[in-house]
Amino acid sequence: MKKSEILTCFQCGTCTGSCPSGRYTSLNVRRIIKDSIQKDISDELELWMCTTCYNCQERCPRGIKITDEILKLRSVAVKKGKVLPAHRAVCRYLIETGHAIPIDDLHISIREQIGLEAPETVHKYPGALKEVKALLKSTGFDELIKE
Amino acid sequence: MKELSLFLGCLIPNRYPGIEKATKLVLDKLEVKWSELKEASCCPAPGVFRSFDKITWLALASRNLVLAEEKNTDLLTLCNGCFSSLLDANNILKNDAGLRNEVNAHLKKINKEFMGTIDVRHIIEFLYRDIGPEKLGNSIEKPLPLKVAVHYGCHLLKPTKDRKLGGAECPVFFDELVEAAGATSVPYEGKTSCCGAGGGVRSAMLETSLKMTEYKLERMKKAGVDCIVNACPFCHLQYDGGQVELAKTGKKYDLPVVHYSQFLGLALGYTPEEVGLHLNAIVSAEFEEKIALIQKKG
Repeated sequence: MKKSEILTCFQCGTCTGSCPSGRYTSLNVRRIIKDSIQKDISDELELWMCTTCYNCQERCPRGIKITDEILKLRSVAVKKGKVLPAHRAVCRYLIETGHAIPIDDLHISIREQIGLEAPETVHKYPGALKEVKALLKSTGFDELIKE
Repeated sequence: MKELSLFLGCLIPNRYPGIEKATKLVLDKLEVKWSELKEASCCPAPGVFRSFDKITWLALASRNLVLAEEKNTDLLTLCNGCFSSLLDANNILKNDAGLRNEVNAHLKKINKEFMGTIDVRHIIEFLYRDIGPEKLGNSIEKPLPLKVAVHYGCHLLKPTKDRKLGGAECPVFFDELVEAAGATSVPYEGKTSCCGAGGGVRSAMLETSLKMTEYKLERMKKAGVDCIVNACPFCHLQYDGGQVELAKTGKKYDLPVVHYSQFLGLALGYTPEEVGLHLNAIVSAEFEEKIALIQKKG
């Protein structure tokens, strides 16, 4: 079922020609799609070179949801423990603070300088942060990103 | 249309609070009915979290959506990443009963339930659709005769079938808003190309992401613009912080980076400091003097 759509790929390369990352990196979306049909590509670093700009998906003459497919391939890789250290760090921030990019002392003081109080986010409401933590536990996200 | 709850996300309150302040000034000045969305978390960011686990991404997004549902307001984002996560999650959960049930089982543990009663807005599409460039132009107090490189950002436009803002190859709505503020949107090569930050690339592969940024900055500079105007704090960070990172390799651009909330704030008569331009990494005395001169004359 999952592969029925990508099996219609005729390897035209519009995706690769439209890829802003592939201009500079070894990311070749056409090859990723081809290989993903035939084998497990969880180890490939190229999966993480995609900025998810959706150019390939927009332009695919077969209407294949290519970017969404890359997201699926990434989640397969993550389930096998293939997580880049920087991404693991961002996940930890989310689990600990409810934000991918939490506030720091410098920006608390900058906010004060321009007349802004603490942001009205989970940063200000401990009960809200508890809810976020409970959700991340409930979905198993904390287990997923454990080393 | 419902009233709006302002969703801050992470980067705006925690790294670029000038954009938060400018947005609040602008919404008040335009007499838009809005209030803070209290207790919200990360949207969660589409690049890493959507890639990692769809259900976690949906569950956390749905909690933010439910906070707005509980107030019976639509949710206003200022960031293409937040717009992408929250709009897509809202659509998925409204249309897929299986996923909605699965997510609601998680939400039940914190006494919440996704109902699907609100819409997700982005400040650019809100200003374009609900106010419109013509009416907005009439409220401008200090028209800004500047040459601008408009950067839409990928997730404001794409996937086009979900965004419903027209095509992604040659969009015009954001340019019209910039021109409503008295500026000229200058065409440049690669205008709809990515800033390089998304998909978790900036966080894990900074050098790679900066190659894409350099591609953009080179072409904006060549077009002879006074500044970049964007619709997203992540693009904003990539251009602003990215210029500092690129300067370490000897590449210098000196292009001021301005979120549209800030740009509109200037055109509504607020000073560069009031809209937080001084909080950018790239601060251009020349640009600020230009603005000061325009505002003095205007």
